[in-house]
Amino acid sequence: MARRVPSILGCAVVSCLLASSALMSTFGGTPAGAVPAAGTHDGVTLTLVTHDSFAISKSVLRAFARETGITVRVLPSGDAGAALNQVILTKDAPLGDLLFGVDNTFLSRALDEKVFERYRSPELARVPAVFRIDATHHVTPIDHGDVCINDDKAWFAEHKVAVPRTLDDLTKPAYKGRLVVENPATSSPGLAFLLATVDRYGEDGWRVYWERLRANDVKVVSGWEQAYNGEFSAGEGGGDRPLVVSYASSPAAAVYFSDPRPTKAPIGTVLDTCFRQTEGVGILRGTEHPRAARRLVDFMLSRRFQEDVPLQMFVFPVRDDARLPAVFTEFTDVPTHPAILPPSAIGSHREQWIDEWTAAVLR
Amino acid sequence: MTAPARPAAGATPLVRWIPVVVPVVFLVTFFGYPVATILGRGLWPGGQLDLSPLGDVVGDPGLRDVAWFTLWQAALSTVLALAVGLPGAYVLARYRFPGRSIVSALIVVPFVLPTIVVASAFLALGVEPSLGAILLAHVFFNYAVVVRVVGGLWAHLDPHQEEAARVLGASRVRAFAGVTLPALRPAILAAASITFLFTFTSFGVILVLGGPTRSTLETEIYRQTAQLLDLRTAAALSILQLVAVVVLVVVAGRFQGRRAVALGLRATAATARSVGSLGDRALLGANLALMLALLGVPIAVLVARSFATANGPSFGFYRALGELRSGNVLFVPPVDAIVNSLLFATVATAIALMVGGLAAFAVVRHRKGRALEAALALPLGISAVTVGFGFLIALDEGPLDLRTSWIIVPISHALIAIPFVVWLIAPILRSIDPRLREAAAVLGASPRRVWREVDFPIVGRAFAIAGGFAFAISLGEFGATLFIARPERPTLPVVIYRLLGQPGAQNFGAAMAASTILMALTVVAILTAERVRVGDIGTF
Repeated sequence: MARRVPSILGCAVVSCLLASSALMSTFGGTPAGAVPAAGTHDGVTLTLVTHDSFAISKSVLRAFARETGITVRVLPSGDAGAALNQVILTKDAPLGDLLFGVDNTFLSRALDEKVFERYRSPELARVPAVFRIDATHHVTPIDHGDVCINDDKAWFAEHKVAVPRTLDDLTKPAYKGRLVVENPATSSPGLAFLLATVDRYGEDGWRVYWERLRANDVKVVSGWEQAYNGEFSAGEGGGDRPLVVSYASSPAAAVYFSDPRPTKAPIGTVLDTCFRQTEGVGILRGTEHPRAARRLVDFMLSRRFQEDVPLQMFVFPVRDDARLPAVFTEFTDVPTHPAILPPSAIGSHREQWIDEWTAAVLR
Repeated sequence: MTAPARPAAGATPLVRWIPVVVPVVFLVTFFGYPVATILGRGLWPGGQLDLSPLGDVVGDPGLRDVAWFTLWQAALSTVLALAVGLPGAYVLARYRFPGRSIVSALIVVPFVLPTIVVASAFLALGVEPSLGAILLAHVFFNYAVVVRVVGGLWAHLDPHQEEAARVLGASRVRAFAGVTLPALRPAILAAASITFLFTFTSFGVILVLGGPTRSTLETEIYRQTAQLLDLRTAAALSILQLVAVVVLVVVAGRFQGRRAVALGLRATAATARSVGSLGDRALLGANLALMLALLGVPIAVLVARSFATANGPSFGFYRALGELRSGNVLFVPPVDAIVNSLLFATVATAIALMVGGLAAFAVVRHRKGRALEAALALPLGISAVTVGFGFLIALDEGPLDLRTSWIIVPISHALIAIPFVVWLIAPILRSIDPRLREAAAVLGASPRRVWREVDFPIVGRAFAIAGGFAFAISLGEFGATLFIARPERPTLPVVIYRLLGQPGAQNFGAAMAASTILMALTVVAILTAERVRVGDIGTF
């Protein structure tokens, strides 16, 4: 009785597999760049593994393809931690040729796992020393961003409360119940803000500081989206907390992504609360195109790429002669002395600090 | 009472084994092998079996608490979803009322929504992160599972059986408990199992709506694998997950047992009745009000936000969807994201119906079918990060190097959808009265004709419901693909996450617009699936 049934479905399986393999060849693997043109690397396609926040203009990659003949295929692979871990786990059969998105909080893991080839780009000469996070030249710095407290200007004006200026201010009664932060165990800006407090108060003092923040009713959420769009009073979700851990570039983004565009930024940045994240690219060990990969690293440090970075990823270029777009120069304040911790110190203490933070703030 | 497991005379062994072999090969290739490889990295470091992480995990009181919380919140969520969903299943299966098919399509909408989007609606409605918020969200997401899985069978049950019991003097409760409940048992167990597994491995809901202090095995495995790269602990936790899932599936299988009864299944048109008495009206009204409050209100918040631009109600955010970041190399126009979503969902549904359909036959016809059924449920209960990272390190050679191919996305969606297909179809196959088939055969019908005229019309509706679910799973799935390197074919959920990653009213509004489009696609897809007419009995 069952005889015919399987054969009908069986045939269907075969045709499905055939159809999908045909689809795969027509539909899959189209590179995101543009037509390769004249150059020394004609026909080479580089795969750039990166995190989900990566963005760059099509026209910029097209210019690179015209100049060099190299097509770049972008492969977003989860958040920054997940992307790096995927690269580490696939060391023996690399997923791509380069990894973009290793910052100073994850740098030491990348170096320990030896996933990168050494490369010292000549373009580094245009990068100030403060951004050169890797003295061993496995990771080339590309951009930086400052994780800072943002304030809702309208809220502070309306309630006639002064905007806090320092980390210490946040523990004062005036700001009780006003701050929302992200959990450093699950959020990259959350971790950066924890590191800002470690840098400011030292190994002995940061727990005490967080206990005071806790006593001042700090709110902890899992990720940036919930903090900014859920709890922040100037975010889109209509929250009730006028202080949030976000980025120094957030005021520019808030203006840029509004219609109509306001003439003044609706949010400000508390400059004494910042931690600097510097993010870079590395050439994956085992790439078949090391020379082309180096060309891409050089290109990522070129003015063309560097000047495209701000409006695409809302971070700052590292190159000293890269011009910032107007929305950045008009609406963002850049901290002059952000907290900076050596990557090796972060690497060796990250988990311990997160565990201690969890015990001090959440338990 | 089920069809005998003997082979049909003359069937070649190959043909006979296809329903077993295809699902097994699929499962081993795309689940067993990748998961074993990643667990191996954790438990066989340097070629030596080291089981000490298991001891460490079991001995860690913090992790024991996590495991215990994972279990009981899933159990509680399942009970609540059943309690809220069963009356809904009844009214949608039994009552004829205007708009019934729209309502039964609308309830699937929550299923496809990204957690972060739902959480923002909940927050707007004053639901603060808490245990209550987790349970509410789990009921919100799984309501459709209960209503449609149980309702799918209920709609076919012959109401005359219960009426006969009443005529013979049984009370209303007794007639329900003695006649209807046993008949529904396989579907209730399937719905409970699916809900339990979904909530057992729930990720976004726990992180976003549970608050920072709550974690489950799933969030812990994510942290260990994606953040800390501690594969030893992750492997030990994954094994705990596996054990729990296997126990659940085996227990559920026991309850279903071999006692599945052949039911006199009837066309839905013959079982539904119009709303007559006051009691009927009250029951229907109460359920519709509940659906409105539980599902309708949060959805309405999202839709309203998608139109609430600074210049008043307009399609501004929908236009923004096509304009924001349009120069970006990873940008896709909304139409392309819709096409990508539909294409992935179509391929995932085809794979799931094919593999799951074959498996359902194997489960019913082969003696070892139960083991296959249990094995196919495993992907539902295993962490997405384990499977995703497993893909990366296992499928890296030769023709199986699918790591950066788009096909891996629908395959990972199909893995989640296959248990639905099996659990929806197998109980119905079992319930087909064998006398129907025998009668047809005696009257001279060929086996093919028996299948076409007897089995298919009844199973067809289950196929349609399962296909609708598979489609919805794929449309909304983000968790599984989060950990797979995705080539440049972003789907709507991916677009939504990208938009929500940066500040600004336009980003947020465009994300709401994309969510609304995703919801609309779901309703259209489900309504289309339901329009498929499969013989008289499967007519909706």
